[in-house]
Amino acid sequence: MRARISELAKRLQSREISAVELTKAYIDAIEKLNPTLNAYVHLTFDTAQKAAEQADQMLKKGDAPLLCGIPMALKDNICTDGLTTTCCSKILKDFKPYYDATVWEKLKAHGAVLLGKTNMDEFAMGSTSETSCYGAPLNPRNTNYVTGGSSGGSAAAVCANLAVYSLGSDTGGSIRQPASFCGVVGLKPTYGAVSRYGLIAYGSSLDQIGPMTNSVKDAAIVFDAIKGGDRRDQTSVDYDYGSSLAESLDRDVKGMRIGVAEEFFDGINPEIKSKIEEAIKLIERNGAVIESIRLPALKSALPVYYIIACAEASSNLGRYDGIRYGYRTSSYASIEEMIVKTRSEGFGDEVKRRIMLGTYVLSSGYYDAYYKKACLIREEINREFDAVFEKCDVLVAPTAPNTAFPLNYKGASPVEIYLSDICTVPVNIAGVPAISVPCGEDAKGLPIGMQIIGKKFDEATVLQVAHFYEQSAGKVIGDYEGGAGI
Amino acid sequence: MNYEIVCGIETHVELATKTKIFCGCTTEFGGEPNTHCCPVCTGQPGSLPILNQKVVEYAIKAGLALNCKINTKSHMDRKNYVYPDLPKAYQISQYDEPLCEKGYIELDSGKRIGITRIHIEEDAGKLVHENGYTYIDYNRGGVPLIEIVSEPDISSAEEAKEYAEKLQLTMRYIGISDCKMQEGSMRCDVNLSLRKPGDSRFGVRTEIKNINSLSFIRKAVIAEAERQADILDAGGIIVQQTMRYDEGTNSVTPMRDKENSDDYRYFPDPDILRFSIDDEKVEEIRSSLPELPFDKLKRYVNVLGLPEATARLIFRYRKVAEFFEGALAEGASVKNTANLIVGTIFSNMDTEEEKELFTTRISAAQSAALVKLADEKKINIGVAQSTLQKMLESGKSVEEFIKPEDLVGISDEELESLCKEAIDANPKAVADVRSGKDKAINMLFGYIMKKTGGKADIRKAEALLRKLIGQ
Repeated sequence: MRARISELAKRLQSREISAVELTKAYIDAIEKLNPTLNAYVHLTFDTAQKAAEQADQMLKKGDAPLLCGIPMALKDNICTDGLTTTCCSKILKDFKPYYDATVWEKLKAHGAVLLGKTNMDEFAMGSTSETSCYGAPLNPRNTNYVTGGSSGGSAAAVCANLAVYSLGSDTGGSIRQPASFCGVVGLKPTYGAVSRYGLIAYGSSLDQIGPMTNSVKDAAIVFDAIKGGDRRDQTSVDYDYGSSLAESLDRDVKGMRIGVAEEFFDGINPEIKSKIEEAIKLIERNGAVIESIRLPALKSALPVYYIIACAEASSNLGRYDGIRYGYRTSSYASIEEMIVKTRSEGFGDEVKRRIMLGTYVLSSGYYDAYYKKACLIREEINREFDAVFEKCDVLVAPTAPNTAFPLNYKGASPVEIYLSDICTVPVNIAGVPAISVPCGEDAKGLPIGMQIIGKKFDEATVLQVAHFYEQSAGKVIGDYEGGAGI
Repeated sequence: MNYEIVCGIETHVELATKTKIFCGCTTEFGGEPNTHCCPVCTGQPGSLPILNQKVVEYAIKAGLALNCKINTKSHMDRKNYVYPDLPKAYQISQYDEPLCEKGYIELDSGKRIGITRIHIEEDAGKLVHENGYTYIDYNRGGVPLIEIVSEPDISSAEEAKEYAEKLQLTMRYIGISDCKMQEGSMRCDVNLSLRKPGDSRFGVRTEIKNINSLSFIRKAVIAEAERQADILDAGGIIVQQTMRYDEGTNSVTPMRDKENSDDYRYFPDPDILRFSIDDEKVEEIRSSLPELPFDKLKRYVNVLGLPEATARLIFRYRKVAEFFEGALAEGASVKNTANLIVGTIFSNMDTEEEKELFTTRISAAQSAALVKLADEKKINIGVAQSTLQKMLESGKSVEEFIKPEDLVGISDEELESLCKEAIDANPKAVADVRSGKDKAINMLFGYIMKKTGGKADIRKAEALLRKLIGQ
């Protein structure tokens, strides 16, 4: 049973069901399934019930927004006034911000009902959500496998129908890769399209909040609600998208130029490769023109990403010192000792690894060789994307080179896991939008995701192509049995 | 042995914008601890900085007033270091693209002290140590600063003081800071090394941090130069370190460093977009600048003909200068206006601060009305002074104290007959004057002044009296 915002909104607005009833159904499902799936790390049922009552008032008056009364979830790195927000890190244990992230402020105004905060890799650093201090969420499609990450809990909640939609954040693939692993839709908007105010920073020049949903249309509905410039985020852009993107999805792909870059297919699992190729053929049969293009700088994208993201992270995470909020070590003799012990005890290994890496690449003597060079290559990658989008309307690529890892899969080294970001990080480096849509399953029944990448602020075309594919391909993955029954 | 002082000064000036550099919190000094704060200036997770455009404008003003080149492209960097008063563990500052570069301050001697750069940055909070605990007050965190870095062109304690004084006066004049060293809105770090005269290489330098008065700058330079000279004379070497000047003992001692390492890992702040300043904007700011203080001083002496000592007393307070020029614009004379300000108005103001604020109960136009009576000799200067005092106390106009009938001067005939009267009434004094006791003539003046209520022109009266007495 896959919940759709568009369908539920109709039933809510016709008063066939009430927001309170709908919320209750989700709360029951969470209580039943979350102990196993671990998708949520903080539950906000009290506020959810109140929000549902208010939503019903709005619905009664009529003319309520589409998202009014729809139960949803937020990744645990999105600040919620008075509600625990920890980035799934011990160092932010019990942290309750006294301000709302702009996205949450906007959704609240739409009458959203927040069920809870979802599990994630600690500070969004990881590709499996296993670095969470609350333990990993499990992939609802097969609980022996990971959800992907870092927005693993957000993906699992939507997949298992424990939320109608959720927000994730994407720094190097953290929305799209778990969407692909769990068989849901995940949109990473253009850098600047959605305000980052209240998103706890990992890599500030790469981070972007986006929706995770059961359909492309739902992703468009949520994106419509959260996008827009924000005077509290200087990097946000008040781009004029014209009309609602959810209402302009119906466009066929006839004559559309679809770029396919072989660099995206290097070292990809053959099963995934063949599913993507099938999808490309489907689009081609419907009149799109397939352009073979090259993105040679892509081979440097992964190191560029890890250098820039870790450099920014090393600085962004300096503030967690135990002084003002979050975890503080229990015994210390001096401020210096308190800070060192707090950080040593509060951060997990992956976070420490990235802080060290980032500190190193910014150190004098290494700055030019690493950080500065990475910034130069970033510009080169941007130029290549710009050139490609002169010739193509969108690019199609796999979302990940593999399907979900088994739980506790260590690989040969952390680098092997890092490699699973290879198809997603170039998109963050270039700041362009991309969506992951399910396009099939592997032999083990694990979902495969296809990525559609567009030019800056052209979410419209990205969503149109994704919607077209979703509608024409029909059922490509099995249904998840369970979750909220409504 | 004699050494040459090589000294440069880094000055932090707090800008007088209403709000902080990256958020809307007030910059007001003081306040209950942690009440001028928000998620942004306390570095709460998820908060983001928004650059206050006024800060950029003020910094450009400072740059233009100090003859700098304004960089049309600029950006903010993060300076990473860990200290409890710095809530984000990085200070947002500028590293390789400061807003302003390559300016100078000209000393009275004509020597120019180069300004290497001016950049904008945020201030940190304040640690308060009490009863064995350390408390943190973030009210000051995020208050905008400019850092003005001089070239090592300063070669004496006097030059150091003059540089800082001129800098302070200029910043106050252009209205970007009150530059109160006691309150910390202007703080100087002095870098100093010694070398043998004629040596072109620099010696090892030390940095004296956070000097909080102009006279301490002079004293600290003297003390540190002596300390270094003693070490060098004894064959020792100078250690590069951070020092503190202790005004109680007038000595300079090493200070414990905040950080162990100098590697701040600067990199461009990804939260703040690069920004550009177009020439038009720079010209707009340039044209908004007032006449700069030392240009004004020159004009007062060379064009208005004020004695330099008087000019110096007036020009250094922008509001006083405005009052002075306001009176001149109403037609009052330079000399009488200046004398009344320095003689009467200043005698009502005990502190520098009062002169800086210059809150008088009368306007420049009101004072001009009075001065003009003196200029036209309708009242003498003594009456002008006492009337001004009454005006200052009451805030009332000159008409309240000097009636039209008082203004009709004493006619020459009247004065002559009064003089005759005075002579007739004071035969002894007249005899004394004739016998050479000249002071006795004061008796006659007193008589005339009493009769005229102080309105008589004393010089005319003197000439008449002497004529009548036959001198």
